[in-house]
Amino acid sequence: MIQETHFNVFILALLVAIPAWAIAVDEPFTVTLMTRAVIFAIAAVGLNIALGLGGLVSLGHAAFFGIGGYAMGILAFHQQTYAPIFEWPFVIEGTKSMPVIWLVAVVASSLAALVIGLLSLRTSGVYFIMITLAFGQMFFFYCIGWSAYGGEDGLSIYVRNGFPGLNTLDPIQFYAICFSILALVLWIVSALAKSSFGLALNAARQVPHRVETAGLNTKRIQLAAFVISGAITGLAGALFADLNRFVSPAMFSWQLSGEIIVFVVIGGVGRLFGPVVGALVFVALEHILGGLSEFWHIYLGLLLLLIVLFSHGGLIGMVCGRKAVHD
Amino acid sequence: MTFILVIEQILNGLQFGIMLFLMAAGLTLIFGVMGLINLAHGSLYMVGAFAAAAVAGLTGSFGLSLIAALAASALAGVIVETVVIRRLYNKDHLDQVLATFALILIFSEGTRWVFGSFPLFLEIPEYLSGPVSLPGGIQYPLYRLALIFAGLLVAAGLMLLIAKTRIGIQIRAGENDREMIAALGVDINKLYTLIFALGAALAGLAGALVGAIQSVQMGMGEPVLILAFVVIVIGGIGSIKGALIGSILVGLTDTLGSVFLPQLFGLFMDTAAATNIGSSLASMAIYILMGVVLIWRPTGLFGARG
Amino acid sequence: MNKQIQALTAVMLAATAFGFGTVQAETKVGMITTLSGGGAGLGIDVRDGFMLAIKQSGRDDVEVVIEDDQRKPDIAVQLADKMIQSEKVDVLTGIIWSNLAMAVIPSTTAQGKFYLSPNAGPSALAGKGCHPNYFNVAWQNDNLHEAAGAYANSAGYKNSFILAPNYPAGKDALTGYKRFFKGELAGELYTKLGQNDYAAEIAQIRASGADSVFFFLPAGMGIAFLKQYKDSGVDIPVVGPAFSFDQGILQAVGDAALGVVNTSQWNKDIDNATNKAFVESFQAEYDRLPSLYASQGFDTANLLLSAIDKADVKDADAFRAALKSADFASTRGEFKFGNNHHPVQTIYAREVVKEGDVYTNKLLSVALENHADAYAVECGM
Repeated sequence: MIQETHFNVFILALLVAIPAWAIAVDEPFTVTLMTRAVIFAIAAVGLNIALGLGGLVSLGHAAFFGIGGYAMGILAFHQQTYAPIFEWPFVIEGTKSMPVIWLVAVVASSLAALVIGLLSLRTSGVYFIMITLAFGQMFFFYCIGWSAYGGEDGLSIYVRNGFPGLNTLDPIQFYAICFSILALVLWIVSALAKSSFGLALNAARQVPHRVETAGLNTKRIQLAAFVISGAITGLAGALFADLNRFVSPAMFSWQLSGEIIVFVVIGGVGRLFGPVVGALVFVALEHILGGLSEFWHIYLGLLLLLIVLFSHGGLIGMVCGRKAVHD
Repeated sequence: MTFILVIEQILNGLQFGIMLFLMAAGLTLIFGVMGLINLAHGSLYMVGAFAAAAVAGLTGSFGLSLIAALAASALAGVIVETVVIRRLYNKDHLDQVLATFALILIFSEGTRWVFGSFPLFLEIPEYLSGPVSLPGGIQYPLYRLALIFAGLLVAAGLMLLIAKTRIGIQIRAGENDREMIAALGVDINKLYTLIFALGAALAGLAGALVGAIQSVQMGMGEPVLILAFVVIVIGGIGSIKGALIGSILVGLTDTLGSVFLPQLFGLFMDTAAATNIGSSLASMAIYILMGVVLIWRPTGLFGARG
Repeated sequence: MNKQIQALTAVMLAATAFGFGTVQAETKVGMITTLSGGGAGLGIDVRDGFMLAIKQSGRDDVEVVIEDDQRKPDIAVQLADKMIQSEKVDVLTGIIWSNLAMAVIPSTTAQGKFYLSPNAGPSALAGKGCHPNYFNVAWQNDNLHEAAGAYANSAGYKNSFILAPNYPAGKDALTGYKRFFKGELAGELYTKLGQNDYAAEIAQIRASGADSVFFFLPAGMGIAFLKQYKDSGVDIPVVGPAFSFDQGILQAVGDAALGVVNTSQWNKDIDNATNKAFVESFQAEYDRLPSLYASQGFDTANLLLSAIDKADVKDADAFRAALKSADFASTRGEFKFGNNHHPVQTIYAREVVKEGDVYTNKLLSVALENHADAYAVECGM
């Protein structure tokens, strides 16, 4: 068995080496694919806080992903059409600056997570799964009919948003931005897991009554985790929108919520790099199997089943053995 | 808006709800007894509809196609239960969500592989087609009345099964205390397979009945599945009575919402905008209903356990 | 600043493409279409029609790369990136749905590639957003609905009940119908996208006192509506665009569609030699009747081939002019582009009939002659 920290370093090295190789042999599309994987990884790292650390199975994380996406779409759309978002009581203009968009995406998805979390955390177990799914569906149907921002057609942003000092249209530079954010997010999550907040969250999942008797409010801890989780997934949504230069209600679909869960579980629930490995493997499979057969979803389904039924702790669990984080 | 139209829309909502009940009943039983959350229930609905369409195409008989739907979906249920689902009972909800999500992928594309990419044909039998006149001058499709009747019959049968029969006693015992029935010497594996097959058959029946007035195509199960989840969450997971009441509530909310919300907004804005906002809101109405119920009663209307 | 960078990238891409082109004088076509999931039937028809034309041309200097977008916009965008960055295609085509088209076409044309649309024609790309490198070989989205409105006038309808799903294409549909229909509206409804039960809407139609119903409900929604409409016993005549009456789904609707008038720019009995040969060879090749989507795929390929005959795809200006001249034999008979590179064409009313065991359409009358779309005037080309 390989030590998990060694394996994590190996994955980080891959994330640097593959795009570098792709640039060397002039395969820019591989960089685009890697960017997609890294963005999905950020979304899944976000979900993993709720899912892995908090034990909150959210089938509605696409809501935050979509909100992040629409934050980018709406801001850039107004900048593109030179029409301010608000003119009263004060003027708010659109923007094409990535840092501003990210800030808006994080704030908007945190607020949404706060409201959804406040309501959903009144329930638990299957009820929690279902109510998060229902919130996701509400956003989905709202955006389909939201004609001001394209409804089901979505919004096309013709030029990728800018980041000071970088050419974001260059695939490798945009990849570098996404990779840095992933690294930052992973660092935050690992610090969070070791902090007293992380320990309390872990305890709230495993022995809630003891946490309560220790004078802590489990619901409040879980709510905080849910908000952080939603904020990170929202940031990933903004990046995803910039990758595609396009947003649409498909970002809110419940299948996408399912896929984000898939990333986490393939890699290993509750493991720091689980979501990263899961997203990498998923994007690779999508690309390879999708090229082999029209019916590739069948193979994907079979593979998922095998992982759920026979592996403990996802792919990282298979490589590195079991560890106390999950069980 | 005439009184007759209101009655007619209430009937429509009722019929929609009763069909949802056939889906929700199986889901809620499976969850109540085995503690399993089954996303692939919609796939069994689709299997029923496709089996019915295939048999109707060969024989031209509606009766035979319903039997085929029941048989095929029950069989699919037994196979899925023994091969996959059985291994999930002791796993957490997350693994169940994921494994049954995988089953959806396999079922959907598998169906397309067997039946092709175009929708299939399934129609109402001659003796049930066309409208009938109800008291008060309402013209209402006979087939939809038959659906309401058939659904209520199944609901009554299920309640009897659970209240009066030996299996029903085992089901109720299982809902209360899973270890207990094993200790009583009941063959748990057999009981679980039976319940899963029963739920699957109900879903397949719903698929075939509804398929005759909708389109039989791949992916038809997932929208219904999500509605059925909303139903059992509102009704309280594990409760057949809750599923029935939840179904009717959801059916009425959805139908009446899509009819009356645009008209309500039409009272104080122009028609195009009212239609627009009204129908957007109508498509979210049942999720709002669900949110409200859960905030009021976090375990649903008839949910016993937290 | 961004614009400069973008132009630079486009030049660089064009340069690499040019480098390849001199080595092998070949045209590479990328087809992104829906081959799996719910709407796969349409993509398969477009692909089969397109590939039939390529096969019949007997050329070996045209390479077609086909990919499945699963009807997901983000996948379509990713495939377009792949086609342009890795496969280095010259021309993209194949997208079925407007929302996917909006995601892919603007950035494709901005990178100097050509896009030929075999199906979707969103209004945003027909008016101010038109582009010299974007050609639509099917129709602008409103066209068939406008024709339905015109047909309703000629049929003497005075009071229509109209409905469509609550999404942009649905709103375009009702706008298109209203643009040409001169009568009153008995009611106007937006239904939920993906809705499968229309009992509530049918009850409203029955109570509305309308003398005609116009609906745009693509794919499964239309099948469900027609079956339920027939069973309800409401006998107000129905008009719709061809999308709910194409060869692929008519068999699933059955008797409920018989006699319904729908509008289309193509039908299998349009009387010209190209069309006859197309219908025969399509049946021989794939063992089914072609749909309008198949005819659009076939026409798209033939337009492309005609342009390749006249000009090298690497010479963008010459190739664009060759496409614009539309010098090919269309299954629709005469075919020409308007200033915004969308077809100016005749749209027919046709009626659903049964031939033996097969449900199909026959031509009834001309609904709109040499019809251009309403957005062409906004296009600066």
